[in-house]
Amino acid sequence: MEVGWWGVLIAVLGGAIRIGTPFLFVSLGECLTEKSGRINLGLEGTLVMGAMTGYAVALHSGSPWLGVLCAGLAGMTLGALHSWLCSFRRVNDIAVGIAMMLFGTGLAFFLGKPYIQPSAPRLPSIDLGGWSDVPQLSAALQINALFLLGVIVAIALGWMLKHTAWGLKVRVVGESADAARALGLPVDRIRIMSTALGGFLAGIGGSYLSLYYPFNWSEGLSSGQGLMAVALVIFARWKPVGCLWVSLLWGGAAALGPSLQSVGITGGYYIFNAIPYIMTLAVMIITCSPRRNLAGVPHELTVTR
Amino acid sequence: MPHTLNKALEPFLIIVGSLSVSMVLFGAFVAAAGANPFEVYQTMYRAAFGTSFSWQNTLIRAAPLMLTALCTALPGYLGLIIIGGEGAVVMGGLFAAIAALTIPDASPMVVLTTMALAGMAAGAIWLAIGGALRHYRAVNETISSLLLNYIAIALLNHLVTSTFRDPESLNHPSTHHIGEANMIGLIPGTDLHWGLVFGIVACILSWFLMHHTVFGFSSQIAGGNVRAAQIAGLPVGRLILIVCCVAGAAGGLAGMVEVAAIHGRANDTLNANYGYAGILVAFVARNNPLAIIPVAVLLGGIRASSGLLQRVHELPDATVLVMQGIIFLVILFSETLYGRFSRMPKQGAV
Repeated sequence: MEVGWWGVLIAVLGGAIRIGTPFLFVSLGECLTEKSGRINLGLEGTLVMGAMTGYAVALHSGSPWLGVLCAGLAGMTLGALHSWLCSFRRVNDIAVGIAMMLFGTGLAFFLGKPYIQPSAPRLPSIDLGGWSDVPQLSAALQINALFLLGVIVAIALGWMLKHTAWGLKVRVVGESADAARALGLPVDRIRIMSTALGGFLAGIGGSYLSLYYPFNWSEGLSSGQGLMAVALVIFARWKPVGCLWVSLLWGGAAALGPSLQSVGITGGYYIFNAIPYIMTLAVMIITCSPRRNLAGVPHELTVTR
Repeated sequence: MPHTLNKALEPFLIIVGSLSVSMVLFGAFVAAAGANPFEVYQTMYRAAFGTSFSWQNTLIRAAPLMLTALCTALPGYLGLIIIGGEGAVVMGGLFAAIAALTIPDASPMVVLTTMALAGMAAGAIWLAIGGALRHYRAVNETISSLLLNYIAIALLNHLVTSTFRDPESLNHPSTHHIGEANMIGLIPGTDLHWGLVFGIVACILSWFLMHHTVFGFSSQIAGGNVRAAQIAGLPVGRLILIVCCVAGAAGGLAGMVEVAAIHGRANDTLNANYGYAGILVAFVARNNPLAIIPVAVLLGGIRASSGLLQRVHELPDATVLVMQGIIFLVILFSETLYGRFSRMPKQGAV
């Protein structure tokens, strides 16, 4: 059966889920961190570190799921380090984020050197497209369990931030540290916990890269997803469920170049690959304004000041 | 102790102390990786500063770092954290090469001048985009400048694989060669190209601009307090744009030197992480253009030692990245120490 241009659409939709999943985890992690009033630009490093850890642990233990867990723990450690450093007076969270990005990627490259060649067990996918006899469609509907987990986390995180005492505490700390201190809330501890948990999610996002798609460990594995997460969260208006839709959009945009290539449009391959970055920049230009604060922004956030 | 002495001594002591702490931490790290830290440091010293050959290796790497450090340091005076040096290098190198290829029959001097101007203009525009978006749209300049790095690399890859591709560059898509006659020569009596001189001169000029002109003074005021600067009638937007242009021009010049002195053509080797290492240099130097020179030499030395570390101690090439990361984190942490050692004036003493 000839699918032609429909194939492009199907590939973009499949790519939205396949490429969007790491975006989803990183942006959820960034969203939680930013809700507590800190920005973590170091999630790019966390992602790479998570990818390396997940791959190495899966290779040694034979269990990809253990790899995912350890990737999360590695991310949590980096997140905790970031927020611990930031809790000192005069230490700038954006600058520490840049340093953590370089430190995380450097550490991952150092420790990951032996894992570039061998092949680790892959995370299983759930086949939702078995009913279709169009190979492109059934391939697009091979959905990884981590994506479903990400959807659940997005909904749960949104609900918890809105309806639980824990969520309220995070939001108070993010809106006004002074008010939180007046209420007797431990501001630094809540921020450290939120950033560490955010790092955990970003680490899982990294393990998806190495254990499912593109399914290898190499030094060029991540290409700024951790960074774009910051802009995704702005676009999602600091809502976890919003992060889900935005991640799918970005995944689809990133899949456009390769899908067009499959129907013979090869010119501008690199330009198509740059679409997510251009979109991110465009979103920031459109949504930011010097005259007003963004709707939904946590007021302690330095990024919008 | 007089207050002025304190002010000069404090940063020096804190930076030296931070570097020492970083060395201890990194030593512990390589020890955990199974290498003897003392021997590792000995190797690094030998590879970076031990012989005249290693000095040349170090200085060749230090030259672009001086220029890319300015990309972060100069906007730092205005309170901006711009990390777009990588993009400025890539755009500078790309457009310098394109400029050279459009005038194939001109004399080498004309070609090099045109390349330098084109590279600096491209870098200036690229970095100024981030500054302009910050001022006019309140877009966070750190994120926008980093995104622009990725966009610059995509543009480079696109142009060297399409419009400007030399059909003979099969495995490594590149532009045509700018011509051997047009390459920047070496400093007489050395194996060093003129890029090092460009770097040092750019740092000195930047220092003069920021510390000894009204323009630099205005920038420092705007960096300290935007509201106060606006009330004083300073054109904050124009200051941001000009400073970002000067900073970007430095990065663009670094890209031009990479093309005109080393590769002879523009290709993805321009994307050699000099931009990111430059951020670290700027932070360690606390944005001071004069301090950038020795810090760039130090970091150039660390990067130059990577190869020997691999051969002698079988440490992966990412070892120097880990060291850079550790230094970076410790330096940022040390920010919290400022003001804790200087004596406060006693209450009521005034």
